[in-house]
Amino acid sequence: MAKIVGSIVTSHVPAIGRAIAGNLQKEPYWKPFFDAFPPIHRWLEEVKPDVAVVVYNDHGLNFFLDKMPTFSVGAAPEYHNADEGWGIPTLPPFSGDTELSWHLIKQLVNKEFDLTTCQEMLVDHAFTLPLKLLWPDDGPCPIKVVPVCINTVQFPIPSASRCYKLGEAIGEAIAAWDSDARVVVIGTGGLSHQLDGERAGFINKPFDLQFMQSLVDNPRWATQYSVEQLVEHTGSQGIELLMWLAARATIKGDVRALQNTYHLPISNTAAGVMLLEPVA
Amino acid sequence: MAEQQRVSIPGTTLFDDIQAQKGYALNKMCFSFNDKTNRDAFKADEAAYCARFGLTAPQLAAVQSRNVLQLLAAGGNVYYLAKFAGIFGLDVQDIGAQQTGMSKDEFKQKLLNAGQ
Repeated sequence: MAKIVGSIVTSHVPAIGRAIAGNLQKEPYWKPFFDAFPPIHRWLEEVKPDVAVVVYNDHGLNFFLDKMPTFSVGAAPEYHNADEGWGIPTLPPFSGDTELSWHLIKQLVNKEFDLTTCQEMLVDHAFTLPLKLLWPDDGPCPIKVVPVCINTVQFPIPSASRCYKLGEAIGEAIAAWDSDARVVVIGTGGLSHQLDGERAGFINKPFDLQFMQSLVDNPRWATQYSVEQLVEHTGSQGIELLMWLAARATIKGDVRALQNTYHLPISNTAAGVMLLEPVA
Repeated sequence: MAEQQRVSIPGTTLFDDIQAQKGYALNKMCFSFNDKTNRDAFKADEAAYCARFGLTAPQLAAVQSRNVLQLLAAGGNVYYLAKFAGIFGLDVQDIGAQQTGMSKDEFKQKLLNAGQ
């Protein structure tokens, strides 16, 4: 059966794409964030995952308000990045793992997650930048991917509790996959930030740190909050912590944090990176 | 199970059913700006481009004003508006500064202060 080797959660701020393109990783503004990654690169070298399930949120590249699925799962042989309108370089296509996609889709629908399935799906910065951070070499991403997208554009947004359960169901589905594949689950977004309104620039460091700690100590901690309360605590876009929560929930039982970095600001955002490994 | 109550958050408009309906035409136009040909068409003839999407009067005025709070009030969603801002080379710190009535440097300092 397939195995989850770990979960990596990271911010996906578009400015990271500019920093990578401009080779700014060593600049003082960027160094504390990019320094989180070499230990993760070494871990990836060791554990050698075959496929990444990437839990992310689309920002108006693939989905518009005409059709806005709450949960969607990619089932494409290849995923393309594209122009998002504000000029970060487009990354090469990503190879899909359609066998795992359809296995996940069947298992999740069977567990009453009524998904949208996507045999064509453009993937935006929230998907591409974390993969580029994890596999920074030139050329295409070396492992196969399955995108899982959660709506955070339009209310109602699924609750923290629901996203946690989605993560649990993804974890169970992977454990039931008749394959010897090694799977890494990536969650992207956050942490606290708000782009819109008079409250733009809102950041909540104490809440972020408590949330990060909770993923290790008490992973259901954030499920006590409604989506509106999470917006209050973390900003309109801080709600992206739902992706972290779903990714963490794919690992049954305890985890240890092999990497834990919090740094702000990146652009308007408090940035975090964690590598979580199952304990035995 | 936590109580799923409505929370009123100062300086924040949740993009809910009301905003999604009100802002549809404006957001549809901004979504089109994913394509460079559409960005160029807007720049070439702004009025004609807006007319294709049937913007409401408040949306037209907001587009003309380039005022982010006005665009939000007209139903704009920040993810689509970011594509509109991209036409003018504005990033999220420019629009953050504009919405909070600060200079960009002041806005950046506010973000730095959040880390203290």
